[in-house]
Amino acid sequence: MVKKSLQRLYLFLIFVFLYLPIIVLIVLSFNNSRTRVVWGGFTFDWYISCFQDEKIMSAFLTTIQITFLSALISTAIGTLAAFGISAMKKRGQTICLGATNIPLLNADIVTGISMMLLFVRFMDLGFMTVLAAHITFSIPYVILNVLPKLKAVNRSTYEAALDLGATPLYAFYRVTWPEIRPGVFSGFMMAITMSLDDFSITYFTKGPGVNTLSTMLYTELRKGIKPELYALSTILFFIVLIVLLLGNIRPQRKAQQL
Amino acid sequence: MYKLRQQFLAGPYLIWIVGFILLPLLMIVYYAFTGSDGSFTLEYIAAAFTSETNRRSIALSLELGLICTLICLVLAYPVAMILNGMHLKNQGFVVFLFMLPMWMNFMLRILAWKLLLSKNGVINSVLASLGLGRVSIINTPAAVVLGMVYDFLPFMLLPIYNAMTRIRTDWIEAAKDLGAGSVTIFFRIIVPLTASGIISGIVMVFVPSLTSFAISQVLGGGHVLLIGNVIEQNFMQGAQWNAGSGLSFVLMIFVIASMAVFGMIDRDGEGTAIW
Repeated sequence: MVKKSLQRLYLFLIFVFLYLPIIVLIVLSFNNSRTRVVWGGFTFDWYISCFQDEKIMSAFLTTIQITFLSALISTAIGTLAAFGISAMKKRGQTICLGATNIPLLNADIVTGISMMLLFVRFMDLGFMTVLAAHITFSIPYVILNVLPKLKAVNRSTYEAALDLGATPLYAFYRVTWPEIRPGVFSGFMMAITMSLDDFSITYFTKGPGVNTLSTMLYTELRKGIKPELYALSTILFFIVLIVLLLGNIRPQRKAQQL
Repeated sequence: MYKLRQQFLAGPYLIWIVGFILLPLLMIVYYAFTGSDGSFTLEYIAAAFTSETNRRSIALSLELGLICTLICLVLAYPVAMILNGMHLKNQGFVVFLFMLPMWMNFMLRILAWKLLLSKNGVINSVLASLGLGRVSIINTPAAVVLGMVYDFLPFMLLPIYNAMTRIRTDWIEAAKDLGAGSVTIFFRIIVPLTASGIISGIVMVFVPSLTSFAISQVLGGGHVLLIGNVIEQNFMQGAQWNAGSGLSFVLMIFVIASMAVFGMIDRDGEGTAIW
């Protein structure tokens, strides 16, 4: 009994450690006092001024554009690559997967700097270079999510569909695609997560004037913290919470239907 | 026949790898081994170990990285064990709660800690209102380690927990029937069976903590110089590309070495299976 309560206490303490910073941010986002960390009454002002702040809004917009474009493109390239890799012989597979692992294992700062060194030779750093960088580090997550699903696909059913007169495209859409769809979906979600969370690689591949939320926050942090940023964090936290809950509930509902 | 054709689907990816991964890495190697006039030199590689600033930053990075990894391991292992032993109805949800903070933006999590720890921050205000003293760890290595532990703890917890769930209760029961005490069970069964998870966790915490620069910049206030900070300064402030590349190259060697030390990790990709 004592052991049980000690265990619960320990979990609770870790829980506090993990959530305290987030709760503090959320509470302060409603705090009506600009300078000090003292409670000065309840307010929505920071939310309003957050949406009027040009810097925050432009960074928000850039982040959304980069995230969705990079996730879409990396999912397309990665899924195709998974098809190609699964058809290769053992040796080709090993080489390809080894290359796939490089950006996963290498230090973010080195990946970022290496791309910057190449990009500045050919173009100005800006939106496109950040996009290219995000696609690069997202592709491996897509491949690693799609490949196992693809290996589990039964080739004979696809061939049976062809024998029964289906066009390759139709057979793919009706037979192969339903089996790999969860993998493609989770690869896409991983790509979104990684892109949203990235700081180091964006920091080195971005040009002046282009900011994602992470790099904008970094610049602002060095100047001092504005209360609008608390409001922004709270909004982001709840967006993430909702997306995660939707993502977790969806498959279960599917399973119940079957 | 279609096997051959199917292989071409990897074409765009292969082009992408060469263009955006291999070529850029070659650029680092090129700058690391050439001087500003473009001739071959080992000066910048050597500088990583001879220059006082570089040597100190490497030592500090290794030290803080090891401390952070150790703390994460000590904190996360009991959590994984307790969670696994609870047999809750919605265990998945509880695990999800422990992972949730990880999905907050990286920079926001650091911002939160800066807010908590700073001189007139939340923790000091609370302490002051209770009539207690104040903590002043902002801008010290301790604050940086705290930030790293907060950021990387889930990376340690997840692989260990995954390994833990694969231990079948029959095995533990069998050991008990054969007379093993709880200490024996822990060291002879649980630890060896979670070894793969521990190793994944160690690498997934050690490598990012060794190479981070944003955490030390924000929570260390420019007083804690890790390798990452020196590299950043070389590129963003001094335009010393060769020196920065030399240090990056050395850092890359460190990363590869630490992975080699812990064996080629994470073959089944369990660390990335968050979704």
